[in-house]
Amino acid sequence: MTGDRSREEPLFRPLTAWRPKLILGSLFTGAVAALLFYSWGYQIRNDIGVAGINRPVFWGFYITNFVFWIGISHAGTLISAILRVTSAEWRRPVTRCAEAITVFALLIGGLFPLIHLGRPWLFWFMIPLPNHRGLWPNFRSPLVWDITAIGTYLIGSILYLLLPLLPDLAILRDRHTADNPDSARARIYRFIALGWRGTAQQWHSLESGIRALAVIIIPVAVSVHTIVSWDFSMTLQPMWHSTIFGPYFVVGAIYSGIAVLMVTMYLLRRGMGLESYLNDKVFNNLGLLFLAFTLIWGYFTFAEHLTVWYGNEPSEMAVFTERISGKYARIFWAMVLLNVAVPVLVLSFPRGRKPWLTAIVGVGVLIGMWIERFIIVVGTLSLPRLDFTVGSYQPTWVELGILVGSFGCFALLYLVFVQIAPIVSIWEVREGDHHLNQVHSATEHPVLETT
Amino acid sequence: MTRWGMVIDTDRCTGCGACVVACHAENNIQTVGEEEAKNGRAMHWLRIERHYEGEFPDIRVRFLPVLCQQCGSAPCEPVCPVYATYRTPEGLNAMVYSRCIGTRYCANNCPYTVRFFNWHAGEWPKPLDRQLNPDVSVRPAGVMEKCTFCVQRIQDGQDRAKDENRSVTDADIETACSQSCPAQAITFGDLENSDSRVAQMAKSARASHLLEDLGTDPSVIYLLGGE
Repeated sequence: MTGDRSREEPLFRPLTAWRPKLILGSLFTGAVAALLFYSWGYQIRNDIGVAGINRPVFWGFYITNFVFWIGISHAGTLISAILRVTSAEWRRPVTRCAEAITVFALLIGGLFPLIHLGRPWLFWFMIPLPNHRGLWPNFRSPLVWDITAIGTYLIGSILYLLLPLLPDLAILRDRHTADNPDSARARIYRFIALGWRGTAQQWHSLESGIRALAVIIIPVAVSVHTIVSWDFSMTLQPMWHSTIFGPYFVVGAIYSGIAVLMVTMYLLRRGMGLESYLNDKVFNNLGLLFLAFTLIWGYFTFAEHLTVWYGNEPSEMAVFTERISGKYARIFWAMVLLNVAVPVLVLSFPRGRKPWLTAIVGVGVLIGMWIERFIIVVGTLSLPRLDFTVGSYQPTWVELGILVGSFGCFALLYLVFVQIAPIVSIWEVREGDHHLNQVHSATEHPVLETT
Repeated sequence: MTRWGMVIDTDRCTGCGACVVACHAENNIQTVGEEEAKNGRAMHWLRIERHYEGEFPDIRVRFLPVLCQQCGSAPCEPVCPVYATYRTPEGLNAMVYSRCIGTRYCANNCPYTVRFFNWHAGEWPKPLDRQLNPDVSVRPAGVMEKCTFCVQRIQDGQDRAKDENRSVTDADIETACSQSCPAQAITFGDLENSDSRVAQMAKSARASHLLEDLGTDPSVIYLLGGE
């Protein structure tokens, strides 16, 4: 089965020759990414004290960023898995770019627990390694659960990205080998395509593998952000100790995941000319999913705050009041505006689900979701139960540099990926087209081959 | 069994701060300087909280010395991923500095905010280094620390009693804060030993725990309410 050459051309363009724009983009984002490593290096050299965290705000930007990036990682795998499991046909051009978001966001999110450590070079104390002293990590600690859950999710989502990539890598291998069998690209793709030949047996294994992974990855993804929320809700602190946090965080994670997906898809569509793949229908459908999660997230936020206010417990109310009408009120209401008011007003209408509008709403939601995590982390910590120790928090350039750098890292990884693998799953789109062509003809199973 | 405990009589406390100074000297606690203190990084294992009651000029000040409560059910312990903080058989909530990797999770889960983080390593410019207590380790940057109930003094008192083949009494062990309190507001001893002063005082009708409703089972008992 071959695809529509002219339609597929924009996908192959960055994979067959160096594109100056992509190179420049990679260099620029690389420079921004370097900011993270420079700031982190500076912090390791000069102690964690160069960050603005203090007593009682022991966690600040780093844990906010950690929750933010792990949240974003729910874009891909979870959304793509749900769409695959439910056999939503319009998913075909979306899955790859969503799965890539997951892997890269997880890599960056997973960095933050290390960045925030007082002695990062000892992070391996948290890993259950056999040692002659019989010392184990503390399995009662939510941080150890974190490592387990995020490690599982990272391995799972890398597999989930790579598995459906194989036939596409084989397509690239064949294309490059046909052009010039000795070129570096041909040799690299020959190696990473892992001997994919497109036999019936291979297709069968691949499809059952993808099906199984899609089903397995959904509970794993749900567990990851539940456990991240438990970092907070397992404590005794006011407005952290909440039973609603597990599902609330999972919903927030998927919400921010869809937001980043909308922005990424819009940029890919504009930057790479993928209008025929990431078309208005895809944006419309994802926009509806986006709207659904706006409403669910808004409901959770309302429920969380209403119960605290109605309960009227003094230490909880101190944190609550500071959010609604105190020090954090300005950013709290900005969050409500960006995460509820704007998305509902825009996405409710078909005209509002145009690509550029969903992307703008997406940027707003990303800012709003970052604020949400910041308010949760810093809002609670700055108001301990014993009011004699009330504190405040001001980030330093190190923390800002690491935040900005993390976006650079993400963009860099993404731009590099776009130059290695097709960002739209070629074989899956071809398969979809094939199904369409067969609708009226015989219903035999389509025979798939590469190129 | 032994359970080390402390009774603080707030009606005796004058808020002079001698205990705070003694604690600094005994336990090699770093002084962070003006800038860092302004950033909320001052370190005092023992602090004196001032609470004002009434409106000026009819005002009253109450002092509340707050230190690690050495909780029987300590919220800081289960959250540490590496067992850097744990409960000893004698009821102390101990810190293993060399095991601490600095997640600061314990401090976040302490309702009393009595845990202190070494944002930078302490500095003792000459000749201040000569006053460091050799019985207490100097903590590096990136680890958590807090009141130990002067565990080095407890160890010392127990060793002496053992050498003399007798059990430990109130006279053997005194913490730096209780030793230096001019008003004798702080008493230290074994809560499980019915002959000890703390066990007697704990029976007082004025006895209470800080944030008792959280169920942390503190080993520090406050005597409050007298006029």
